[in-house]
Amino acid sequence: MSKTTIRIPTPLRNLTAGAGFVEVDAGTVGEALTLLERRHEGILQRVLDEHGRLRGFVNVFVGERNIQALGGLDAGLEEGAVISIVPAVAGGTR
Amino acid sequence: MSASQKRLAALRESVGEVDPLEALELQQRGARLIDVREPDEVAAGSPEGALRIVRGFLELRIEQAVADTETPLLVLCAGGARSLFAADDLERLGYTDVRSVAGGFREWKNAGLPVEVPRTLDAEQRERYGRHLSVPEVGEEGQLRLLDSKVLLIGAGGLGSPTALYLAAAGVGTLGIVDDDVVDRSNLQRQILHTDARVGRSKVASARETLLALNPSLDVRGHETRLDRHNVEEVFGGYDVIVDGTDNFPTRYLINDACVKLQKPNVHGSIFRFEGQVTVFWPSREADPGPCYRCLYPEPPPAELAPSCADAGVLGVLPGVIGVMQAVETIKLLLGIGEPLVGKLLQYDALQAEFYSLRVERDPGCAYCGSEHFPGYVDYAQSCAAPVAVP
Ligand SMILES: [Zn+2]
Repeated sequence: MSKTTIRIPTPLRNLTAGAGFVEVDAGTVGEALTLLERRHEGILQRVLDEHGRLRGFVNVFVGERNIQALGGLDAGLEEGAVISIVPAVAGGTR
Repeated sequence: MSASQKRLAALRESVGEVDPLEALELQQRGARLIDVREPDEVAAGSPEGALRIVRGFLELRIEQAVADTETPLLVLCAGGARSLFAADDLERLGYTDVRSVAGGFREWKNAGLPVEVPRTLDAEQRERYGRHLSVPEVGEEGQLRLLDSKVLLIGAGGLGSPTALYLAAAGVGTLGIVDDDVVDRSNLQRQILHTDARVGRSKVASARETLLALNPSLDVRGHETRLDRHNVEEVFGGYDVIVDGTDNFPTRYLINDACVKLQKPNVHGSIFRFEGQVTVFWPSREADPGPCYRCLYPEPPPAELAPSCADAGVLGVLPGVIGVMQAVETIKLLLGIGEPLVGKLLQYDALQAEFYSLRVERDPGCAYCGSEHFPGYVDYAQSCAAPVAVP
């Protein structure tokens, strides 16, 4: 179990009552996201599809590395790790 | 004999001279010929292939131009006097093989040796870009390169406004702007290219007016059209760098796919409320190619999962931060200096006052940049009746 901070992107903050960061104790990225869902119901379906796989328009990073390069949802977490959820954002505002 | 004549005679002994023909032969064998005359003298002609460093800045700029102190150097001025003093200074700096060209440019020309008229900045440009000229990484050569560059901005909106203003100020010679919209009063909270008096007018025309008021010598080309699969390649054709400041997923994927196909760097910025991100997608980069947008996000989100239109909105200053960073990256690409933001997504969280960067890897299986065969353009439906952020 490692103390981990999950960075919530602005477009998903309506699902965390506005919180930009959520702290969990987890061993892997998958566990951390499950705990996040337990705390803020409905957020996980924005990140994972119905088969539990990462959606194509969302990336998850641990530190500065994409979890795709770290073993996906099984990627392990070290104490103090920061997970960033980064969805595609179109906005440029014409 | 005057003091300066005595000194020159001594330098002729200690430094050594070569005649112009000898200098040309040495130049062809790898010696660097340095023309130390003033810009107005050089403007009328200078030996072909010479380095041109004005005498007053010689000691300050020579190391940047010739790093190896063992490189043979040949110094040339108008008649062969100033070059003796200059050669002496170069020896004191540690250059081991320095000689002065006897008779200078006058004798070089009389001997019928190759001369070129170098492109130089005119007096007005010298004044306007003076602060660039003092930066060794830009200098006259870099400024000329910016003036020759062609950059296309997609969107004359929140991101495009600051990008366009700074690129115009920097002297990027040709700026193309794609937008089919008209100025709305609600744009003015962030779109600083436009003015209240121009509400209802075409954004491209308004942008053009602002940019030419700032820098009248630029070529500002308006593309008053909506990009689609039929016109995208024609519009992108002549430009060196594409700057994506658009507001919707279908256009972002279209820009990406065209940039991959046409091998152009894509300077990408996007914003949402208090957050922004910027990166450079450049899979065709020769050294160390980077990812494309689809390596990061293979497909756009379906309508029901895209951030809802009701959530839209942005702090007006935020596109300023991100758009200016896009301008910085564009200028770095044009000058070929520094480390471009390739393979790195720079995130800015205004509320936390935090920048952090994420590594973006190239996907070898990417259907666009990872394949020899271009899969074609895709027409995505707008994921939101109005764009995701405030139109
Ligand atoms: Zn790709």
